[in-house]
Amino acid sequence: MGRRTPLYDLHVELGARMVDFGGWDMPVNYGSQIEEHHAVRRQAGVFDVSHMCVIDARGPRARPFLSKLVANDVAKLKSSGKALYSCMLNEAGGVIDDLIIYFIDESFFRIVVNAGTRDKDLAWMREVAAPFGVELTERTDLAMLAVQGPQARATVAGLLPAEHRDAALALAVFQGRQLGDWFVARTGYTGEDGFEVMLPEGEAVAVWRKLNAQGVKSAGLGARDTLRLEAAMNLYGNDMDEGQNPLESGLAWTVSFEDPARDFIGRKALESLKAGGLKKKLVALVLDDRGVLRGHQKVVTPSGEGEITSGTFSPSMEKSIALARVPRDTGATVQVDIRGKLLNARVVKAPFVRNGQVLVS
Amino acid sequence: MSNIPADLKYTKSHEWVRTLADGNVEVGITDHAQGALGDLVFVDVPEAGKTLKAGDAFAVVESVKAASDVYAPIAGAVLEGNPALGAQPELINSEPYGGGWIARMKPNGAPQGLLSAAEYQAHLAAEG
Repeated sequence: MGRRTPLYDLHVELGARMVDFGGWDMPVNYGSQIEEHHAVRRQAGVFDVSHMCVIDARGPRARPFLSKLVANDVAKLKSSGKALYSCMLNEAGGVIDDLIIYFIDESFFRIVVNAGTRDKDLAWMREVAAPFGVELTERTDLAMLAVQGPQARATVAGLLPAEHRDAALALAVFQGRQLGDWFVARTGYTGEDGFEVMLPEGEAVAVWRKLNAQGVKSAGLGARDTLRLEAAMNLYGNDMDEGQNPLESGLAWTVSFEDPARDFIGRKALESLKAGGLKKKLVALVLDDRGVLRGHQKVVTPSGEGEITSGTFSPSMEKSIALARVPRDTGATVQVDIRGKLLNARVVKAPFVRNGQVLVS
Repeated sequence: MSNIPADLKYTKSHEWVRTLADGNVEVGITDHAQGALGDLVFVDVPEAGKTLKAGDAFAVVESVKAASDVYAPIAGAVLEGNPALGAQPELINSEPYGGGWIARMKPNGAPQGLLSAAEYQAHLAAEG
C-alpha cells in the first residue's frame, strides 16, 4: 500500500481507478480519461495534487539560500505572491528536480516540489540551507487541489468567503496569495487558466464535493499527463532528470546567467557545457501517420539518433504528440521507430495547445 | 464488476473467443481488459492471411496510457482484421464483445487450453 492523500477515500467513492505514482496511491481516471481532458479544456476539472510536497523556507537569509539553490534567479521575485518556475541542479548541471517558488516576504518563501523526489529534494535542500540558517518545514498539514479550465477561477472564487473573492480574481498569472485559510495561486500544469489551492487537509473533501456540485469534473493523473504534454510542459523523470541538464531539456528559459556574481549550484558545469557546444535539444513532435508515440521510442534523424521522452495521444488534436531529445541540428522532420516500423513525424513549435486552442496543424 | 458472457471462451491474457456458425472464430479483448487499458485510441489489427500459433502477439491495442499486445487465443489463419477499428478504436471500450472484435480466424484444429466464463471469472478474482 502506498501513501494516501486526504482525498483517497473520496476518490474510491467516486469510482477512480487508483494506481501507484511515486509511492502514492493516486487516481488515474474516474471513468474516461479523455472526457476528463476535454472537461478541463472546455469547462473545468479538479485534480488532487496533495501528493506534491509543499516546503516553507523561513529565515532572514531565505533569498540568498534560494539564489544558490536554483538555476532561475529569485531576484525576479519582487512583489509578494509572485511565483518562479526553476530547476534545482547538482554540481554537474543535472536536474535534481523542477519546482515552483512563491515569494511571500523576505523571510518566507514557499516551495513546491514533485512527490516522487520528495526525500532526495529535502535532503539536498537541507544541506544547502544549513549555512544560511534557513529553516525548512514540510507542510504535510496541507492538501492541494489544482482547479483548471476556463471556468475554474470563477468557480473557486465562488467558494471563498465574500471578502476574499475579488482578491482571488485579481491575481495575475503566476501569482499567489494567502486568503484566509487558503493559499490560492494562479498556476497550473494544463495550459489552461486556473488556480492551485493549498488548504487545510480537513477541508479538502468538502471543497472537492462543492466543486463537483458546481460542475467541475473530477480529473485524474491520466488527463493531467495528456493536458501537460499538449501544453508542452516537461515532466520530471521523463523529460529531464539528474543525467540531463536544463539547456538540453527545453528549459534554457528557466536558467538565469544574467547576474555574473550569482554562483548557483550547477552554474560552472552549464557554462562549460555551453562553451563546449550543446549536443542535444528537446523538441515537440507531431505524428502524421497512425500510431502512438511513447517514451523511449527511438528517433532517427540524418544527424543521428534521439529518443522520445514523453509521448501520448492528444485528445484535443486527435493525433499523437511527443517531446523528444534529438541532435541539436535536427531539422523539420524525423522518423520514429514504432515496433520496427519507421513512421514520419514533424518537429513543431511548442506548445501544441494553449487556452483551449490547438496551435499546431 | 466486469461483464463475462457465458457463451464465450477466454484466455488468462484477457482475450475472448466466439465460435461462429461456420466453424470460424471471432476474437477480441475482454471487458476487464478494456477497463484496465482505459480509452483506446489506436488498434493495429492483423492482416488477412497471416498464420498464427496460439500465444503469438497478433494485434496491438493502444490506450491514452499505454500500448499492449493482444495474443492469439488459438492457432489458425487470420481471415480479416476488424476494419471498423481504424476509425473507431473506442468500439473496444463501448462494445468489447460486439463491434469491438479484433479479428476473425480459421482455427487450425481444436482450440486448446481456453477457459470457460466461470474459470475466467475465477482467474480475475485470483489476479486481484
